[in-house]
Amino acid sequence: MPSAQSQSTSSDGSARYETHEHDVIIIGAGGAGLRAAIEASALGLDVGLICKSLLGKAHTVMAEGGVAAALGNVEPKDNWKVHFRDTMKGGRYLNQWRMAQLHAMEAPDRVNELEEWGALFDRTADGRILQRNFGGHKYPRLAHVGDRTGLEMIRTLQQHGIHTGMKVYMECTVTRLLTTPGSGGGSGAPGASGQEEGDAVAGAFGYWRESGRFVLFRAKAVVLATGGIGRAFQINSNSWECTGDGQALAYLAGAELMDMEFMQFHPTGMVWPPSVRGTLITEGVRGEGGTLRNKDQKRIMFDYIHPLYANETAPTEEEADRWLALSTSGKMDKNVRRTPDLLPRDIVARAIHAEVKAGRGSPHGGVFLDIATRRTAADIKRKLPAMYHQFKELGDVDITKEPMEVGPTAHYTMGGIRVDPETQQTRVRGLFAAGECAAGMHGANRLGGNSLSDLLVFGRIAGLHAGRHAKERSGLPSLDLGQIEDAAREALAPFERSSGPNPFALHEELKDAMQTYVGIIRTEEDLSEGLRRLEALRERAGTIRIDGNRHYNAGWHETIDMRNLLIVSEAMARAAVLRKESRGAHARDDFPDTDKEHFAKVNIVSRKHGDTMEVREVPLPPIPGEIKQVLEEE
Amino acid sequence: MAAHPGSNGSKAKAAKLRVFRGTAAGGDFQNYEVETYPGMVVLDAIHDIQAKQSPDLAVRWNCKAGRCGSCSAEVNGKPRLMCMTRMSAYPEGEPITVTPMRAFPIIKDLVTDVSWNFEMAKKIPPFKPRPRDADGNWRMQQIDIDRIQEFRKCIECFLCQNVCHVVRDHQKKEVFSGPRFLIHLATLDMHPLDTLDRREMVKRDFGVGFCNITKCCTEVCPEHITITDNGIIPLKERIADDHYDPVRWLLRKVAGKPRAHKVPAQPTEAGKTADISGRHRVDGGNGKGELER
Ligand SMILES: Cc1cc2nc3c(=O)[nH]c(=O)nc-3n(C[C@H](O)[C@H](O)[C@H](O)COP(=O)(O)OP(=O)(O)OC[C@H]3O[C@@H](n4cnc5c(N)ncnc54)[C@H](O)[C@@H]3O)c2cc1C
Ligand code: SF4
Ligand code: SF4
Ligand code: FES
Repeated sequence: MPSAQSQSTSSDGSARYETHEHDVIIIGAGGAGLRAAIEASALGLDVGLICKSLLGKAHTVMAEGGVAAALGNVEPKDNWKVHFRDTMKGGRYLNQWRMAQLHAMEAPDRVNELEEWGALFDRTADGRILQRNFGGHKYPRLAHVGDRTGLEMIRTLQQHGIHTGMKVYMECTVTRLLTTPGSGGGSGAPGASGQEEGDAVAGAFGYWRESGRFVLFRAKAVVLATGGIGRAFQINSNSWECTGDGQALAYLAGAELMDMEFMQFHPTGMVWPPSVRGTLITEGVRGEGGTLRNKDQKRIMFDYIHPLYANETAPTEEEADRWLALSTSGKMDKNVRRTPDLLPRDIVARAIHAEVKAGRGSPHGGVFLDIATRRTAADIKRKLPAMYHQFKELGDVDITKEPMEVGPTAHYTMGGIRVDPETQQTRVRGLFAAGECAAGMHGANRLGGNSLSDLLVFGRIAGLHAGRHAKERSGLPSLDLGQIEDAAREALAPFERSSGPNPFALHEELKDAMQTYVGIIRTEEDLSEGLRRLEALRERAGTIRIDGNRHYNAGWHETIDMRNLLIVSEAMARAAVLRKESRGAHARDDFPDTDKEHFAKVNIVSRKHGDTMEVREVPLPPIPGEIKQVLEEE
Repeated sequence: MAAHPGSNGSKAKAAKLRVFRGTAAGGDFQNYEVETYPGMVVLDAIHDIQAKQSPDLAVRWNCKAGRCGSCSAEVNGKPRLMCMTRMSAYPEGEPITVTPMRAFPIIKDLVTDVSWNFEMAKKIPPFKPRPRDADGNWRMQQIDIDRIQEFRKCIECFLCQNVCHVVRDHQKKEVFSGPRFLIHLATLDMHPLDTLDRREMVKRDFGVGFCNITKCCTEVCPEHITITDNGIIPLKERIADDHYDPVRWLLRKVAGKPRAHKVPAQPTEAGKTADISGRHRVDGGNGKGELER
């Protein structure tokens, strides 16, 4: 079906604005969005894919270490059950079990499918897809291409996707979702998570970055795949796009956010020079044998073995090194345990934080990551070429000769839009979400490699169910002109003010507030101060003034992103106040223990209520007996 | 205002920049001064200008880590990724000139219209693998894919397209795909699993014959892909020999082991390709993806 540009003269706004109609629109062209679009197109539907940068540039392109899937190519003992157990344990059992199960079961098919579309992963000696070790994964599980796995993935999906008939709208930013009140027909089943019925989605409102002109999309179903919110923090590893747009769009349209307190700080970001502070160093460095040391050259991780992982972690350097030698040669021995350098990210990040705080850090406030003494220069250049270049060109460090200096960097958000685990549908009927902007799969802490697989598995599921939803509906939902006019007014307001603050300066202040008060270690007092600052920033953001015209105007774009960042930051701080325990990525100095009674059994959910954000606890869905059994096997 | 990354106690130095400001209709250079800090790259300087002096300065970037290929521009006339170009590489005190890529139409300031590349990508018939092995895997030896993995490092920065004189000669943009897509075609041609024979197209539609091996593309590639020697020259040779000896081509293609026969590629089915709009559209949804230029 060819996509139609509406000629309608009705009072729904399509006469006034450039309008495009599709069965399904996908907002976001990272791994999740592309995979969703491919799936919906495969159902024979007319699909529009919208992204705010050029096609193929989405944040997914930066992913380095690999995609997790229990293919069992390197360790035949691996299977979905082990992957599922690792994922739940890594998430400290706050994951939606059904999502973790679907993910572990379907990831191998999704990775194999990429190969069918042209991806070229590194190979095992017998010619199959090679897999590497990563934190929290019991067996070598990450399919990879050197340290540029995300590039391989996005290019493969892009090259496959552009031949499926979808229409791509590049450099086009969505600022509002449009909804139809009440029950708009269709079969938007209330989710298994017990979310009751709400409004139905009708489309989206946005602008072309180039011209600044507004554009309207009408669709029967919408998938959000807009990625993360790393740009809320001073030190982060994320691309500029990660401003929480999808989470904010969904929230404003009446959907819920969940698990927002869980922000992953990746343990190894660059700390020097200032220009690249926060830029990621893949966990693959430790997967290939890299070790973390303090200024006295002592390997630090043996002092920070979490009780949950004590049974499976080597307590001595000797055993840790033996494990590495065995596992990289594909000969595992169950009596030799993993190195603590590969403990899950929350544990390693806090260990580094503690070493630095105790005065045992490196000259620029991190710790040392050493691969130079562990592998040959040729190995390092072959297995970690991008890291080698990154340090050589940006840090004046030759990692085949010297250690790197590393420290925690805001990296990934486990929280996001609350979805039904089977279908990825939100509380708003016809509105789906997948990838980093959705919540539930990773619980309190994500394992490395589990995001790229999440994008593929849930991108596909969201595309499938959005497609089915669209097929069940005969016509496009009606639009509400009032919503459209409000969206236009909201976007243009900064041009109409005579004076006001600079959006870039406000963004810096926001990052500073989040880093300082809602960062890696939290207290009630800090969080309250953080919320006060966010409130003040929100008021000032409402008075920003923009000069110039709408033609590719960076300041204007930044202003629109600020609204989204403020919403997700507030949700994060509020959820963090409510969770009075330490678990996974959420660490409270005033509640250092993990609470096995109350907080082990609830997720925290936020939702728009008039002009305020309502935050509440919801019980975790019960785990059926046979799944409990899988969790208890060892 | 929050601590600037540079304000770590060290004495700040100033750098001068001359940045092109304007649109397709015309423009001029504007001079700026920014404070430098350790490790600063040209993209940092541009961001600093945006934040403190000209918030409407247009620049494309995503990752600031040399991974997305968005921030391509010319620095002192040389094609560069701005995020991988250190300020300290240039003589102190002399102004650094930053201009948009030359081969593509200007949208605004440092941002150019690279949509031609996306149109070209669509014309290439996609990968078509042979069936899987009996156990559901596809076996490939690392050594047989090393070379094409090199090509797949491409981040689509289009700097090679920007320097290629054939691309700059706009007449040829219809019949020459440029080095970026020649290495993509080489990837497909050398892919051990692919079954489609694109040789005719490589000559006819993608103009491999226009390349006269100046190697300018290889010189600017930020991923250090040896575009010409490893990609284009072998592609030219394969097409030339195989013109006379298709059996030899097939054997070489499958690394010594003949497998499935290649089938000639058809022009991609109309209406099955994506319609990619990077600029506001004028095509009224005719499915052809005409872009406003
Ligand atoms: C440096 C780095 C390395 C990583 N390495 C790994 C790894 O090895 N393994 C792993 O599993 N994970 C890794 N991750 C995490 C993983 O890359 C991300 O979680 C994942 O790529 C997110 O993909 P996504 O599809 O959800 O969104 P993204 O890739 O972030 O894409 C978001 C898309 O939404 C679009 N968009 C956003 N807002 C709007 C809007 N308002 N309007 C229109 N479009 C919009 C954007 O343009 C973009 O196309 C890494 C992350 C980083 C930062
Ligand atoms: S070698 Fe060929 S493709 Fe490369 S720049 Fe020269 S003419 Fe263009
Ligand atoms: S081949 Fe190199 S220069 Fe050309 S687009 Fe790819 S990365 Fe850029
Ligand atoms: S911003 Fe991504 S390559 Fe420069």
